[in-house]
Amino acid sequence: MRDRRYADDELLSLSGIQHFCFCRRQWALIHVERQWEDNLRTTEGHFLHERVDDPFFSESRGDVVISRAFPLVSYTLGFYGVADVIEYIRSEDGIVLPGYEGLWRIHPVEYKRGKPKIDERDEVQLCAQAMCLEEMFAVGVETGDFYYNEIRRRVPLRLTNELRERVVSLSEEMHDHFRKGITPAAESSKNCTYCSLVDVCMPKLTQKKISVERYVRKHVRDACANDI
Amino acid sequence: MRKLLNTLYVTTPESYLLRDGENVVVKVNSEERFRIPIHNLEGIVCLGYMGASPQLMRLCADNNVGLSFLTPSGRFLARVHGRVRGNVLLRRTQYRVADNAGESVNIARCFIIGKIVNCRTVLGRSLRDHGDAIRCDTIRSVDALLIENLQSIDDCTNSDSLRGIEGNCAKFYFGALDELILKQKDDFFITERNRRPPRDNMNALLSFLYTLLAHDVESALETVGLDPYVGFFHTDRPGRPGLALDLMEELRPFMADRLALNLVNLKQVKGSDFVRKENGGVLMTDTGKKEILGAWQKRKQDPITHPYLKEKIPVGLIPYVQAMLLARFLRGDIDGYPPFFMN
Repeated sequence: MRDRRYADDELLSLSGIQHFCFCRRQWALIHVERQWEDNLRTTEGHFLHERVDDPFFSESRGDVVISRAFPLVSYTLGFYGVADVIEYIRSEDGIVLPGYEGLWRIHPVEYKRGKPKIDERDEVQLCAQAMCLEEMFAVGVETGDFYYNEIRRRVPLRLTNELRERVVSLSEEMHDHFRKGITPAAESSKNCTYCSLVDVCMPKLTQKKISVERYVRKHVRDACANDI
Repeated sequence: MRKLLNTLYVTTPESYLLRDGENVVVKVNSEERFRIPIHNLEGIVCLGYMGASPQLMRLCADNNVGLSFLTPSGRFLARVHGRVRGNVLLRRTQYRVADNAGESVNIARCFIIGKIVNCRTVLGRSLRDHGDAIRCDTIRSVDALLIENLQSIDDCTNSDSLRGIEGNCAKFYFGALDELILKQKDDFFITERNRRPPRDNMNALLSFLYTLLAHDVESALETVGLDPYVGFFHTDRPGRPGLALDLMEELRPFMADRLALNLVNLKQVKGSDFVRKENGGVLMTDTGKKEILGAWQKRKQDPITHPYLKEKIPVGLIPYVQAMLLARFLRGDIDGYPPFFMN
């Protein structure tokens, strides 16, 4: 058992790691500033998860038991959250599952609206989920799956040491930002077009060269110079 | 930029508002009169004494739609809103700045600079457009006083002297406003600003427009997570939305005063839209209110280019953008609060 590093009220939302990885300012706007705006993409995400996130719906298909909306926590990473789907797969090197005979291996599945991303934001999220499960069940979790709605297919993920280290360092950075209440400046990119928070973020604003003082002075000067 | 949504103004006092699925339904005598999906709404303002179902209140709270109740004369009564939005750190900064006289007056100066510059623009615009029909000397002498006060703001480091400047400018400005009324002079005139109750038609018209603006500004501040009741210029008084009043200062000339002048000069409102009561107070008739609400809604759709952001936005989003800029300044994203200057 690893050290219990974070207290209950220090836990951060696990799903935030994907925002943080994608754009630190986006994460801060959602989790520090508590601003959230829906757009087409986020709404599609909600609809997809409405079906996935029913905690009272569980099923078993022979050698696979499926549990939905599984609550997660890790005091080592300082995360709490909900896994879309946990599959328990019958396996000799698995653990005991109450109510079921035999041994079962834990396999998380994360549902995504779009398609596989070129960056690692989905991967760190699923890896963080797996690390929560490892801490909760005291077992190793080696693999997980994404289900991408746009390509309607599963994509497997191997949880490498490299990925785990990345999760740990992101979690540390997130806690540091959160403690200090920092909202980092924007790094305007083409991603901003797809971001539902673009109007709240005002990415151009934090990169503006002209100072407010100059803006005000200019208008006052113009006002005083011109006769009406 | 964010999309400008509609505000639903309900003026029939017998109306009852309820929810049907994701729709707001207005019933009069149990008969459906109007229906609109909640997603098209930014706010609902009820003028008069009418009811709304708790289910509707919940629908509004869930969708961040402000629901306000006003008296028939437009005085604010109550509003229903959901959980407090936004960042506790932002609100703490707001309170800390409000408690600090020096920091407060720095922001307050921006509101008042915005106000005086915009008042000048209103005077200047009329002078340009109707120079032959008005007494230009009067306007010019008032304008000179405004400029004088504007220049003295730079050295103004305490809020009492700033209040003095603001008071002087308001007096000069409202003194000149009468000159800008070109038509229906028998029915519309203004010698000074008065309220509670407004004692002439023009003051009643301005009061009504200010109420509409206040509602929008308050909602905008809440949307970005600021506390509308804690101001930097207006001191705290229970029940008074100090910050909303602060932010209104720079917006009044452009969003309300100019519209009032247009309504009168284009004869969209008439003397018959107002009724004088025995106590000297002036009330507005239902037809008058409807006319003004229509014009207000239409005005909010007009596009402008924001002077600081250089982005095209509808007039109705100005309160939201200014509230956002204020929040962004308090959170350290920009080096000051950029007031809205009309052009």
